[in-house]
Amino acid sequence: MDVLTENFSLYGKGFLGTVELTVYASALALVLGFLMASFRVAPVGSFRVLGTVWVTVLRNTPLTLLFFAVLLGLPRFGLVLPFQLFAVIALGCYTSAFICEVLRSGINTVPKGQGEAARSLGMNFGQTLSTVVLPQAFRSVIPPVGSTLIALAKNSAIAGAFSVTELLGTYKTLNELGYSIIWSFIWIAVGYLIITLTISAVFNVMEKRWGVAR
Amino acid sequence: MAVDPLIELRDVNKHFGELHVLQDINLTVGRGEVVVVIGPSGSGKSTLCRAINRLETIESGSITIDGRPLPEEGKGLAQLRAEVGMVFQSFNLFAHKTVLDNVSLAQLKVRKRKKDEADKRSRELLDRVGLAAHAEKFPAQLSGGQQQRVAIARALAMDPKALLFDEPTSALDPEMINEVLEVMQQLARDGMTMIVVTHEMGFARSAANRVVFMADGCVVEDRVPEDFFTAPSSDRAKDFLSKILKH
Repeated sequence: MDVLTENFSLYGKGFLGTVELTVYASALALVLGFLMASFRVAPVGSFRVLGTVWVTVLRNTPLTLLFFAVLLGLPRFGLVLPFQLFAVIALGCYTSAFICEVLRSGINTVPKGQGEAARSLGMNFGQTLSTVVLPQAFRSVIPPVGSTLIALAKNSAIAGAFSVTELLGTYKTLNELGYSIIWSFIWIAVGYLIITLTISAVFNVMEKRWGVAR
Repeated sequence: MAVDPLIELRDVNKHFGELHVLQDINLTVGRGEVVVVIGPSGSGKSTLCRAINRLETIESGSITIDGRPLPEEGKGLAQLRAEVGMVFQSFNLFAHKTVLDNVSLAQLKVRKRKKDEADKRSRELLDRVGLAAHAEKFPAQLSGGQQQRVAIARALAMDPKALLFDEPTSALDPEMINEVLEVMQQLARDGMTMIVVTHEMGFARSAANRVVFMADGCVVEDRVPEDFFTAPSSDRAKDFLSKILKH
């Protein structure tokens, strides 16, 4: 029980590390996922190919492998960045593949006629997508995007294995200091719960606010 | 023959898989003309209508609008689509926008009008179709007939050279068909160039300059309505008319 109170700053650092990873990687995943989803429904064939390859490669690669590839691979090409940033890139790119597919299925829920009507009025692809299709797709993708971001928060634990400060990694220090493994893990789990339940709550509010009123 | 052709189709062909939906279609629509396209379902009339706006691509032949060939994808196509309005069977109003925003959206995005200028024009047009009081509602709150009239106002907001109607009253309750047809009659009287795919024979008789009868992907007859309805020359048209005019 004392493990939390006596190591509050350690837990706090780990907790903040996980929050930072989650927030930054989510932002990256949403932006990239949005971009790739646009590519996958674009009228230009080469964009569609790029989007498909992106999703296929990232979705079907183990995240740990991706971490190795980014953390060990990119420096070989002279790209040396802080480990935390590398972790954000790996996590963000990986999750973007899932976000892309979620958005694309949302796009597919919007009746075809909506896009046709917009195009028949002379709106171009970007305008049609941004003002007509995506706002309607957005309403139906709120719950699955929430799930994907919760998965991201939990996946961020892998970064700990690459010496990025995050919540799960705190157990190593605590273990060395001789604290009970069980209680260290319980408090770590509570930390993750705080983050994931917060994401759930945010998405619940969003769903109430913007969810589909059919 | 039309003096001043606005829409011209020459030897247009299209397949859906095995099905030859458009077979060597030739059609000229003059400025200010109202052409009604009728025919049994599956005859290619909707495809013809959609091809003129390039919502369906064609395989061979040419479509010119106001002397310019229909462009490929891209800026030119978007520009052309702004000039040719389209009204759909299922209305296709933007479900997440109010009636007013539905009519204003493309004016803002495509015609680059200012917000207040676009809204003013939208309110004029909504007034013209008798829906000024419903400007702040969402499409789902309107009846089918009202939605279709909003869709017509939305197409008119782009100041199009021509309007295409793809079975505009087929999804409507009988009660609501007339309110839409009246708006269309008024447009016809005002000299709008229109291609109307419809099953409303009354409208064809009263508003059309020409009736085009299609069957199995071909234009079978292309005549003035009076001649077509009283003395169809082809057996296919006779058969069709006898079936629909019986009741």
